[in-house]
Amino acid sequence: MTDTTASPAVAHTPTIPAITPRIVAELRAMLGDDGVITEMAELRTYESDGLASYRATPGVVVLPTSTEQVRDVVRLCAREGIPFVPRGSGTGLSGGALPTPGCVLIALSRMRQILAVDLPNQRVIVQPGVINLHVTQRVAPAGYYSAPDPSSQQVCSIGGNIAENSGGAHCLKYGFTVNHVLGMRVVLANGEVADLGGFAVDLPGYDLPGIFVGSEGTLGIATEIILRIVRKPEAVVTALAAFPHTDAAGQAVSDIIAGGVLPAAIEIMDRLSIAAAEAAVHAGYPESAGAVLLVELDGVQPEVAEQSAQVEAFCRAAGATEWRLARTDEERALMWKGRKSAFAAAGRISPNYIVQDGVIPRTALSAVLREIEALGARYGLRVANVFHAGDGNLHPLVLYDERDEGAFERAEALAGEILRTCVASGGSITGEHGVGMDKRGYMPVMFSEADMATHQLLRCALDPERLANPEKVYPTPRLCGETPGVYRPHPLETAGIAERF
Amino acid sequence: MAERTIHTTAAAMISAFDAHRPPEREIIEDCVHCGFCLPTCPTWLLWGEEMDSPRGRINLMKLATDGEIGLSPQVRGHFDACLGCMACVTACPSGVRYDQLIEATRPQLERNTPRPLGDRIYRALIFSLFPHPRRMRFMLPLLWLYQKSGARRVVRSRWLQQRLPARLLAMEAVLPPVRLRRRGALSFALTTETPDAAPRTRVGVLLGCVQRVFFDEVNAATVRVLATEGYEVVPVASQGCCGALSIHAGREHEGLRYARRLIDAFEAARPDAIAVNVAGCGSVLKEYGHLLRDDPAYAGRAATFSAKVRDISELLASQPPRAPRHPIAARVAYHDACHLRHGQGITRQPRELLRQIPGLDIAEPAEADICCGSAGVYNLLAPEPAAQLGQRKAANILATRPDALVAANPGCLLQIASSLAQQGHPLPTFHPIELLDASIRGVPLAGLPMTSSHVE
Repeated sequence: MTDTTASPAVAHTPTIPAITPRIVAELRAMLGDDGVITEMAELRTYESDGLASYRATPGVVVLPTSTEQVRDVVRLCAREGIPFVPRGSGTGLSGGALPTPGCVLIALSRMRQILAVDLPNQRVIVQPGVINLHVTQRVAPAGYYSAPDPSSQQVCSIGGNIAENSGGAHCLKYGFTVNHVLGMRVVLANGEVADLGGFAVDLPGYDLPGIFVGSEGTLGIATEIILRIVRKPEAVVTALAAFPHTDAAGQAVSDIIAGGVLPAAIEIMDRLSIAAAEAAVHAGYPESAGAVLLVELDGVQPEVAEQSAQVEAFCRAAGATEWRLARTDEERALMWKGRKSAFAAAGRISPNYIVQDGVIPRTALSAVLREIEALGARYGLRVANVFHAGDGNLHPLVLYDERDEGAFERAEALAGEILRTCVASGGSITGEHGVGMDKRGYMPVMFSEADMATHQLLRCALDPERLANPEKVYPTPRLCGETPGVYRPHPLETAGIAERF
Repeated sequence: MAERTIHTTAAAMISAFDAHRPPEREIIEDCVHCGFCLPTCPTWLLWGEEMDSPRGRINLMKLATDGEIGLSPQVRGHFDACLGCMACVTACPSGVRYDQLIEATRPQLERNTPRPLGDRIYRALIFSLFPHPRRMRFMLPLLWLYQKSGARRVVRSRWLQQRLPARLLAMEAVLPPVRLRRRGALSFALTTETPDAAPRTRVGVLLGCVQRVFFDEVNAATVRVLATEGYEVVPVASQGCCGALSIHAGREHEGLRYARRLIDAFEAARPDAIAVNVAGCGSVLKEYGHLLRDDPAYAGRAATFSAKVRDISELLASQPPRAPRHPIAARVAYHDACHLRHGQGITRQPRELLRQIPGLDIAEPAEADICCGSAGVYNLLAPEPAAQLGQRKAANILATRPDALVAANPGCLLQIASSLAQQGHPLPTFHPIELLDASIRGVPLAGLPMTSSHVE
């Protein structure tokens, strides 16, 4: 959030060429009138993604429907030197789809065809605008589903999942998006179309899909994606355990996993998030509890039954005051609905809030939670906690009221402190929401100068002109070809083409 | 560099909305931009554009409130495109009252963004016809003649379909088959039906406008079921339009005039409950208290009125059934009218009533939360998106292989029936109360096969 190190005006990119009528005419020729948005009021509805505290107006929004159209648009951007920013459903929480002012915003919300379903080989091929949940809905009747399930799965797009390497409650057992993308057709920043990975697993050569997934739109745009789908497990048990405090719930998580049980998902919500979720969706959580643990076990029937008994025993030993099993699919869905609505539901208990995303070692859970509580008290702000406890992915929600003088600044500072606490405990500044615009200032907290230079090498190799989502992920970005260290003018600066602010 | 806008300082700008009930800034600011509304929004499904999504429309309202954009015809277009289905209100985890926002925005546009002449005339025609049952009945012989003579076939010829205005064709397409004997079949609502046993409640029944002209059998069934289930049905004479069509179209003044008159009419009959069998009307009736909150003469009376309003399924499901039900062996697809599902949050009760009927197999089509495109008079004003949504709905319904379609709103039934016919698979359509009535009376329903292979 707070870019404490960098100066606020980081207009590092060369002056952006204007979207002239000639360029608009070219775009219209490629996409049809219907696929190009130039009206100011309309452009402004694209000025934020799911992180509404940042906004910037794109120069033009285009709505392609095919790989070829994306390629043509990107080629035009490359030729004219105009930055482009891809956007899926616009639900990201790190400002990854925030327009670079004056850019070509490539909205992929019309590329929502499921192109092929290959059940015997457990693969589907989709366009990037396809909604995550729609993949599962499509293959569910045949007994399959798509495993990565971010809480926004009912609206977020597969393209966005690739950009952020999205996780979700079930990635503890099943892995993140990167573990489910086998291949992609991508439009690179120069407008070339390349196929990364493919239908088979573990292709020779570099793990290019691995590099592309999680690159937050800085390496190009995936336009056709080969996704793995998995068999629905024979048995699923979803249980809710109530604890007097998050400490006890955290202890139960450590005990369960140390005890050799690998749940499909294991989630903790604290008192404040329980209250928010209850207000929003009436999930039937015990409102007096200090923490709720949601556990899902899946597999073959006898295994699940045995594990369920084990987990119950661990929970009770850790001090669970209630243990409840979902008896029907509806009850299961309702238990999850409360958890998955938690972020948006925070609006029910606070006028404003910052959703934070950090990772810690599972074993540090209790200590970090106590630290967060102490920080909250010091800043005079409430912090609600929801987290994927199994892999230590915390989502503290810093609650504030922007009408209070200085509240936002304090909330931002607190959110930053929480991240530093995560890193200090041996964790990371983001689990699944990405770095985007929001956390680029924290990259140096995690990475050394040499680490960062390696990232830059890769980026510059694929996008030497820095046109693909240029402002994101890295803090004090350099023009490609510039080496770290003592300031030396870049050739473009000396030539008067680019300017450094 | 992106602009930070946590601290809005809108003071310098003057709102594009006028001072009379603009959309409330506090509600606008409840939106946290999460996007959970997008996939339930019919226009976002069709076009995938941010400004034609609830989140985008709220954004436009915010920009207009802050005076950063004007209410141009183009901006109005994005609000006009909203069907008002309120699926986004159901989907919103933050509880944003988009329903109140869009209802406050529409009258602003009607006042401040003049429409082209043709559009004004067309709208004037719609609103001088549909809220007036007498005028509609007057037209019945002409419509009958149109349908029985060769005129209909001429209009539906390919040559004319390509040349007549889309809006005119849309109106023609949803026209139900007209039967002349319906003229004047209203007397039942003016007679008191008193049950044999001690009456449960005094109930006044809203007759609706399109409902009473084209679906009088639904009203008849409503009154019969209420009576056999032990309710005392009291006549409510001289009831006019409830104003739903006008209010949903931003014709605030006209709509509120209808609302006041309806309150007067029902007050005279002193019912304990007001039963409604049209989802769209019921939704607005329940809002009278809010809509008339500034009217000193009506605010209190409107709130009292609204508190009495029940959808017919809501009312009947609140008590155990009295009359025995006879079997209806058929498979029916139940379609949730948006103004029941999203507007009033009623999904359980109609299904409960249908499940009381032995032998009835109830199918649940996919995308139940998505609007069919009828949306009041939307299908007459914006025929193209309405037709696309209708086709999508019809396909989802046909996929369940039903014998009939059941929905609690005449608009939905007309719209979907027309789409089903265009797909070459017409189905008989019913209001749930008609099935209940037939089941209680043990009579067959026209068009519904009484034996079905689907029954287990």
